[in-house]
This record gives sequence, C-alpha cells and structure tokens, in this order.
Amino acid sequence: MNFAFTEEQELIRDSARKFLAEHATSERARAVMESDSGYDEALWANIAQEMGWAAMVVPEAYGGLGLGMVELVILQEEMGRRLACAPFFATSALAGQAVLFQGNEDQKSDLLGRIAAGELSASLAFSEPSMGWNLEDINATWRQDGDGFVLNGVKRHVVDGLDTDLLIIAARKEGSKGCEGLSLFALEGTLDGMACTRLVTMDQTRPQAQIELNNVSVSGSACLGAPGTAADALDKTLNIAALALAAEQVGGAQECLDKTVEYVKERVQFGRPIGSFQAVKHKCADMMVEVESARSAVYYAACIVDEGTDELAEVASMAKAYCSDTYFKCAGDAIQLHGGIGVTWEHDAHLYFKRARASRSYLGDPAYHRERVAKAIEAFDTSVDHFKYGGTV
Amino acid sequence: MDLNFSPEDETFRDEVATWFSENLSGDFKHVRYRGGSGDQSEMFAERREWERHMGRHGWSCIAWPKEYGGRDATLSQQVIFAEEYARAGGPGRTGHLGVELAGPTILAFGTDEQKKRFLPPIAAGDELWSQGFSEPNAGSDLANVRTKAWLEDGLNGKEWVIEGQKIWTSLAQFADWCFVVTRTEEGTQGHKGLSYLLVPLDQEGVDIRPIKQMTGDAEFNEVFFDGARTAAENVVGAPGDGWKVAMGTLAFERGASTLGQQMDFRNELYEIVEIAKRNGKIKDPHIRQRLADAWMRLKIMRANSLRMLTKAEKAELAPEALIYKIYWATWHRNLGELFMDILGDEAEIGDAAPYQLNGLQKVFLFSRADTIYAGTNQIQRNIIAERALGLPREPRGNT
Ligand SMILES: Cc1cc2nc3c(=O)[nH]c(=O)nc-3n(C[C@H](O)[C@H](O)[C@H](O)COP(=O)(O)OP(=O)(O)OC[C@H]3O[C@@H](n4cnc5c(N)ncnc54)[C@H](O)[C@@H]3O)c2cc1C
Repeated sequence: MNFAFTEEQELIRDSARKFLAEHATSERARAVMESDSGYDEALWANIAQEMGWAAMVVPEAYGGLGLGMVELVILQEEMGRRLACAPFFATSALAGQAVLFQGNEDQKSDLLGRIAAGELSASLAFSEPSMGWNLEDINATWRQDGDGFVLNGVKRHVVDGLDTDLLIIAARKEGSKGCEGLSLFALEGTLDGMACTRLVTMDQTRPQAQIELNNVSVSGSACLGAPGTAADALDKTLNIAALALAAEQVGGAQECLDKTVEYVKERVQFGRPIGSFQAVKHKCADMMVEVESARSAVYYAACIVDEGTDELAEVASMAKAYCSDTYFKCAGDAIQLHGGIGVTWEHDAHLYFKRARASRSYLGDPAYHRERVAKAIEAFDTSVDHFKYGGTV
Repeated sequence: MDLNFSPEDETFRDEVATWFSENLSGDFKHVRYRGGSGDQSEMFAERREWERHMGRHGWSCIAWPKEYGGRDATLSQQVIFAEEYARAGGPGRTGHLGVELAGPTILAFGTDEQKKRFLPPIAAGDELWSQGFSEPNAGSDLANVRTKAWLEDGLNGKEWVIEGQKIWTSLAQFADWCFVVTRTEEGTQGHKGLSYLLVPLDQEGVDIRPIKQMTGDAEFNEVFFDGARTAAENVVGAPGDGWKVAMGTLAFERGASTLGQQMDFRNELYEIVEIAKRNGKIKDPHIRQRLADAWMRLKIMRANSLRMLTKAEKAELAPEALIYKIYWATWHRNLGELFMDILGDEAEIGDAAPYQLNGLQKVFLFSRADTIYAGTNQIQRNIIAERALGLPREPRGNT
C-alpha cells in the first residue's frame, strides 16, 4: 500500500505545475475570453506537442505513452488550478476515450495516433437540449444509407465543440430505445447539413457549442466499431471524463483556498489581519477539509480505475459529486472572504466561480451522481451476518 | 500509487481474520458487536474477559514491542487489525484508553522501569486506564489545569500528593489507573509547570462519581482527588514537562488509533441501509441523496486515512492528518441524524422502561459527543487554520 505518487508521477506534476504557472496565466485566459477563438492556440500546441500531454493516456500501440488514470488526474488537477484554456480535457478525457473504447484497430491507429502526435484536437457531442447525461435519453439518430450513414438531431453543451478538429457524435438507430442501437461517429470538419453555433457561456474559459445535424451523410468508416454497439464504451467514457473533470475541480478548489489564505493574511481591518478573525479562519479550515477530502476521492478513484475493477461507475460518481460541491463551495467562499474586490471583473475569483458552476452541471450534477450511488447501494448486498443493533426496527 | 496492501500484509490480514473467526465464538460469541461508544457498560464483564483472552494470545496491543506483550506491528498492520476487528464484530474494547493512549504515551515518553511496570498489564487486559485531563475550568483550554500535586515523604519514600478535580473522565468507574495532568509548580500558568502523573484509583483520596449522559448511561465521571497519592517515580517525562507529554497523548487520540474505525462505521451504515430497504425509506429521494452522501463520504474517509497512513510510514506530516478528526466526527454525527430520519416515527420509540433506548438511538445521541471530545470541531478548525494554513493564532484573554 502506497497511496502517494511515485517519483515519475511527482515529476509529471511538478513539470506541469511549472509549465502552466508560466504559460496558462490569467492574462492569457482573459485574452482568449475576449477573442473569437475558443482557446489559446499557442498553449494547446505547447501542451499537445512539446509537453507531449496529448500522448499521455494513449496506449503505446497507437503511438502514445500508455500512462494511466492517475497521470491523467495529475494533469487535470494542475490545469484546473490555472484555468488552462485548451481542449486537453475534451481531447484526452472525452473523445480520446470514446475512440479507445469503441474504435476498431484502424480507427484507433489513425485517430489516436494523430491525437498522440498532437495533430488532432477532438471533443464528444453527447448531450442534447433538455436531455441530461443518461444514455437512454439520446434522441439524435442514425440510419444506414448504402455503405454509409445519415445523421439527424441536435447536440448541445459540446465543450470546445466549435474549435476542435474532430467531433465524436453519439446517436441512436432510428426507432431504437434505451441503450440499444447507440453508435458513435467520428466527423472531421463541417459536413453538409451540419450547423455549429458557439453558445454564449457564463464561463468563458471553456466554450460550448450547439451542433445541428440535418440529414448529414457520413461514410461507413465514420462509425466507430460495429453500428449500434456503443453503449458500454459511452458509459465508460462518461465515467472516466467525470473523474477527470473532478480532478480539475480539485485543482480549482485548491487555488481558491490558496488565494484566499494569502489574501486574509495580508488584508487588515480593525487593526488585525482578517485571517485572525475566527469566522474567517474557520471558513478557511472548512475549505481545506473539503479540498483534501476531494483530492483523496479523486486519487482513490483513479487508482481503482487503473486497477480495472468493476467499481468505475461508483467511484466516478463519488468523485464527481464530491468535487463539484467542494469546488463550488470554495469558489463561493473565496469571493465572500475577498469582500468587494471578489465580485469585480478584474479579480480572478469570478473566473473560478464560473468554472466551478459550469463543471458542476457538466457530465451530471452532484444530485445526479448521488442518485447513481444510491442505485448502487440499493443493489448492494450488505451481507453482514449479524447486526449490532439487532435490526429489530 | 498503489492501493493494495503488500502480500505480507495480506497474509497478516488472513491470520488476524482467522484468529477472530475462531475466537469470537463459543463463550465469546455473544460479545460480538456489543459495547462501544454510547454503550460502554453493556456486557462489561464479558468484554473484559475477551480483552484478557486477546491479551493471552498477544493480540491486544499489536503495535507495541514484543517484550511488552506486543507484536511490533507496522502501521499498516495496525490498520488491518482494526479493520478486521470491526469486520468480525469485535466488541467495544474495555481497555482502549490504556491500549491506545496510556500505553503509547508511556512507550514514547516513559522510563524503562515504567514500561516494564505498566505496559504488560495493559497488554494482558489486567489493568484498565482512564484519562484525567479535563477539569471544570479546563476543557478546550487544557492548559488552564488547576489540579495540584506536590512531593512529600510517605510511607514508601517520596510520593506525589494530589488535590483537585477532573471531569468527563470516561470509564474511570471501571479503571484501575488514571493519567492525570497536574500543576506541580505553584504560581505557574498555562503550559508551564505541569506534570503528567500516573495515579492508582483504588485508594482513599480518590472519589469517582459517575455522570449520567443524555443516553441515560453514565460513560464518564467526576473524579475528585483529595490527598490522593502516587509514588514519586510515577511521573511520565520530567516534572514540569507534562504539557509536552499530554500533547503526545492527544496526538495518539486523534491519530493512528482511529484509522481503522471506518469499518465500525461501515457496519452501522450497512445496518441503516438494510432498515431503509425494509421500511421503504430507501425509495424516498431525499433519503437516497443522504444515504449516498454518507456512503461516499465514508469511502473518502478511508481514502483520507490511507493517505495519512502512507505519509506516517514515511514519517511525514500530512495535512490529511489534521483534517481527520473533524471529518470523521462530523460524518458520524450526521449519520446519527440520518438514522433517526430513516426510522421516522419509530425513531421515538425505545426498547424498555424506564429509559432503555435501542442502539440506533444511542448512536444518534452519543454522536453529539463525537464533535466535542478529543478536541471540539471548533478547536479542530483552529488547529487546521493555524498549523496547516499558517493563519494567525487565537488571542488569549487573561486567566
Ligand atoms: C463523551 C465524552 C467523553 C470525554 N472523555 C474524557 C476523558 O476521558 N478524559 C478527559 O480528560 N476529558 C474527556 N472529555 C472532555 C473533553 O475533552 C472536553 O469536553 C472538550 O475538550 C471540551 O471542553 P469543555 O467540555 O470544557 O467545553 P468548552 O471548552 O467549554 O467548550 C464549549 C464550547 O466552546 C467552544 N470553544 C472553546 N474554546 C474555543 C475557541 N478557542 N475557539 C472557538 N470555540 C471554542 C467549543 O468548541 C464548544 O463548542 C470527554 C468529553 C465527552 C463529551
């Protein structure tokens, strides 16, 4: 048992932290917010190519480094600290995973090969207007048309969707229900019948798009794996992505705590640093309890994923629910403890608060994930042979 | 990162589990799941016999060196032991204040003679201990201790004479000894001039009066020292150095000794899940959210403790160590509330007259104390803010 990073993992974390502190600055995030491009292209080029992060979790067989979930959460945590504006999460945690779990060998070597080389950014178009995050609720459809397929429907909340090279679209066979008939289609570029709109997002550091598909014809090879068999792959992808997002939330929450502690040590009112007031100290202490526990949740879940046990869904939900609450609370408390300056545009507190708000819903909010855990509890056989309290009630 | 215990540790786990399954049977079968917090007097004599049985087989103080009745167990093994103990339904330990507080303190700060005198009887389950820290005017502010002690010539050479009052002293009514923080230098204040004395309770100058708690049981006591005596050599650390030793005890109280308790909590949570399934509350959306929350937080508690354990084995100070107490205490108190809400109207109804409550009700009531003893939640927040986050220390008034 060694629930701590290995030396290699510490190296990854340290170099990511150093690199992002230098490059993923608040000035550069704000420049992206004011520009038309959805992300910081120079930063993404650095990340994907020079730093080699896009290759991190791609298996070696497809040109990647073959590292695991622990390494992915390390990078995500560091990016969350800095609000890095780059489609790393969309590429590595969403689209890349979908291709890995559902693609055939040719598709994997092509798409994952280019992702690993830093040549291809990608995202997953899953959710739809008023849909949420259940596979069963997908309405977008596909039908066979000769050797190819025709796609219809509206995809919403596609992160970095307007700015990535590749989109993986989730759709169901016309007339199918539940988890039957689900397929994933890999589309590059804008095809006939496809309309992509940038949505105005409260969190401007991670854009979202709406993708409308109106009789879009795609080739047979666009369908990942065999048609109609993508339910398991999608489910796994969403779980992994939820965990990766939770890691980002830990990083964001930690930054909110660090910045707040720094501030309350310096700001003086009533002749004392405000950090000497117990109401302030205790809020900071509570933030730390939540941040450290959120971190434990993420690391623990990542280890479980790397061990390949069947607890993936449960630990992903645990991490996503806990870290969403933690980040939102810490980002809110950070504003409160900064006073007036905390609600200004100029101060970064609102950037974290808005990211916390956005990532809370994305891939399912805490209530959704707790309900998933509740289902697991209901199905769980507690199998204790004897109850302490007699179980008479 | 690797969550798996080593093969040697797993072998140890098997050994422990096998021993419990073979020994928590026969005469000891009926002590399973008995006693523990909120129910300290339940089957006390039988549980004490079980403590002796464990001692005879070298299982009561595994962390200690072999020469004092232990097994030189590593931290991992201690956690494994605690987990398996709870999994097997091991009863609340009658000797825990000696095993987890007095013993480790004497091991860390005591003389060789003290170790030889005091440790083996704890390990054997023959001598029970209690903790004499708090006083009417020294609770969170332990340094305000007023109980006095001084050296005098007695029948057996020099002896400490003790004068004063302790309060909230858990299990003193069953204990043979008490470790007592006393002021031994007249006129001193605060951390200075305190000494950590080991005092036998079965003597004339000691009066122990149980205090009934909200559960209806008397788990703690007032202890009056009126000319009580203990031998001059029964001081741990140098006279006047008691604060340092007391802080050592508190570190044991808040630290590794609680790492395995998630398994006890797990048993409680499983039971409430079963009740919710039976009475249909599991279908209530609000209850589902709270059950899921409790479930997740318990897993996270274990993850916190595994992080802490990893750091402790490398002798590093982990921030997780500082958050651990407030986290488990708050979790357990919330669980008590959830118990009651799942029982609904039945939560009101006890077992028997005059005031025999059921175990779930006792957990609910006693868990209010979890966020008070071993440092209240507010004190924990002060500690986290000051030691982990470097915020300014609390100002002190004049005492
Ligand atoms: C079930 C139980 C068993 C116990 N067993 C033992 C035992 O065996 N031996 C022993 O020595 N003691 C024991 N105690 C005593 C325990 O350690 C004290 O109750 C605890 O330290 C709090 O002290 P107090 O009760 O005097 O409360 P106080 O210190 O008076 O606290 C009252 C309230 O004020 C708050 N407060 C106090 N100081 C501060 C501060 N600086 N900042 C913010 N808030 C503050 C506290 O958080 C609390 O909410 C036990 C207590 C309980 C409940």
